[in-house]
Amino acid sequence: MSENLEQDIGYCKGLYRQMLVIRRMEERAARAYSQGKIGGFCHLYIGQEAVGVGAISALEPRDHVIAAYREHGQYVARGGSARECLAELYGKSGGCSSGRGGSMHLYDAKRHFHGGWGIVGAHIPMAAGFAFASKYRKDGGVTICFFGEGSVNQGAWHEGLALAALWKLPVIFLCENNYYAMGTPLERTTSTPDTSQKALGYNMARDSFDGADVLQVRRRVAEAVKRAREESLPTLIEVQTYRFRGHSMSDPAKYRTKEEVEEKKQRDPILLMARHLEELGMPSAELDAIEREVKVEIDEAERFAEQSPLPDVAGVEHYVTVSDDRAKGIL
Amino acid sequence: MPVIAYREALRQALAEEMRRNPDTFLMGEEVGYYQGAYKVSQGLLEEFGPERVIDAPIAETGFAGIGIGAAMVGLKPIIEFMTWNFSLVCYDQIVNHAAKIRYMSAGQYKCPVVFRGPTGAAHMLSAQHSQSLEAIYAHIPGLKVIVPATPYDAKGLLKTAIRDEDPVIFMESEVLYGTTGEVPEEEYTIPFGKADVKRPGKDVSLITWGKQVFTTLKAAELLAKDGIDAEVIDLRSIRPLDMEAILASVHKTNRVVIVQEGWPFSGVAAEVCFRIQEEAFDYLDAPVRRVTNLDVPMPYAHNLEEAVLPSPERVAEAARAVCYR
Repeated sequence: MSENLEQDIGYCKGLYRQMLVIRRMEERAARAYSQGKIGGFCHLYIGQEAVGVGAISALEPRDHVIAAYREHGQYVARGGSARECLAELYGKSGGCSSGRGGSMHLYDAKRHFHGGWGIVGAHIPMAAGFAFASKYRKDGGVTICFFGEGSVNQGAWHEGLALAALWKLPVIFLCENNYYAMGTPLERTTSTPDTSQKALGYNMARDSFDGADVLQVRRRVAEAVKRAREESLPTLIEVQTYRFRGHSMSDPAKYRTKEEVEEKKQRDPILLMARHLEELGMPSAELDAIEREVKVEIDEAERFAEQSPLPDVAGVEHYVTVSDDRAKGIL
Repeated sequence: MPVIAYREALRQALAEEMRRNPDTFLMGEEVGYYQGAYKVSQGLLEEFGPERVIDAPIAETGFAGIGIGAAMVGLKPIIEFMTWNFSLVCYDQIVNHAAKIRYMSAGQYKCPVVFRGPTGAAHMLSAQHSQSLEAIYAHIPGLKVIVPATPYDAKGLLKTAIRDEDPVIFMESEVLYGTTGEVPEEEYTIPFGKADVKRPGKDVSLITWGKQVFTTLKAAELLAKDGIDAEVIDLRSIRPLDMEAILASVHKTNRVVIVQEGWPFSGVAAEVCFRIQEEAFDYLDAPVRRVTNLDVPMPYAHNLEEAVLPSPERVAEAARAVCYR
């Protein structure tokens, strides 16, 4: 079945388009940030699109997704719109978190996209919690938890894996290894360069592969999804990937060479998928058409973000507790 | 009316709410096969089974986070800390996740998790096992902080906590688990944000909570011998705070002593004092005083521990001082 989809031009076009939306959205966000329209921290997913898109394409609506603060791509991959993402980055009321969260706190509860978290490694136990709930309810759902290779020293990371393995929770721990934890390269953050090897310490299944090919990501994550869904067992996956921009918009990325970045760009996931589509027979005119459509979508998303009003200051004390919200009549 | 122990009152609340709501589960260290480190959860594993009464390994960050995640997607977890001292290792999960998810998501989520366990000193357990940490939780918007002193309050408030839709910090006491009191057989709950007058009086308001309620009641007996009629207010609910009850008492007596276990700097007594002077300044006939732990880590030797903790004598002395006697 998996191989059929990989030859299915319609399906592949869908994945390609989704990655392109993320890419163009992130490029627009970078520009807006430089213009002062986005404040605070902004961590771009440029270069890593195949990981989020490929992994999430293996899920069903009943499943759960959680990520860290470089999560704009996963938000869109899970069905969120570029317009609500950009509006959130702009801090507007039309944003997916109504301007309350910002770049690091995108949420889309109805699509089971549970954020958007700023404390490195700390969200891992919550992923185990979603998986626990699926198992408790016997609803067959699985959870995917995205994090970077810089998180794997954090205590919370270890406790989440330890409990998931002990209690056989249906969760996929997916490490996006982009080799740089902010400015620190892999060999200076870990004694275990292959992050997936840490699974051995928990008697947990593991996998490790390159994440530039979105179809490979989908195929390999689907194996872990199957293990979670059918056997209720967790997997630790390391996906090697690369971010073409700095850690965040404030990072000039002096810790790596321009040559290295250019070399990595040869394996841009979007480029690879375009080639695959051409091999499947898509004419270049159609690829151009997709590019134009996506531009229209992102232009509209940017307009929406610009025109969306700031949140109402009168509501600044809403959403602290459910009971206060009920008392104020906003629930 | 039956007279039962505080731990039995908690157990009844847990069992009743777990029967009522199949989405409720209890998770913590030794809650199942050991029957509870302090026997609060005795018998629950037998009644509800290992899927709903879950023994956790020693990994507070892990199981607190699991509770938070499960609550976000609609379950009702009760997470037990063997003592609140151990919650410090997962303070990040509670403060940065449970307390904030509703706000950060603009109301898309609620986090109806109860964190419960004993708090405060419990006879020579030394510095790391004797802390009263209400203040560092009450400080955080998004959390509720509840500290029951009696079996009646414990049962009614725990039932409310389990039904509550927000994260609740529920603080019991090892020293109180064996104390007894009347608890009705019929179903009842106690709302949050309502203090209880444990002893009505007219001369001085003694405001307190948790096990210091009993220290304060003893102080009231000492004061009665001196002709000072003390009113003892048991807050029960630190956040939300019952200012109405506090102000009613202050309007009546014009003199206040706050009795708080735990350190003075930025303790809950400091907040209560600020609120009283802000809203009832003209009613005060003396400055507000407080009786707290000495500002030291808890020592081991029993005489040192006694010197650190509030005592009926220290409370009575403070009450006499605000009465200018």
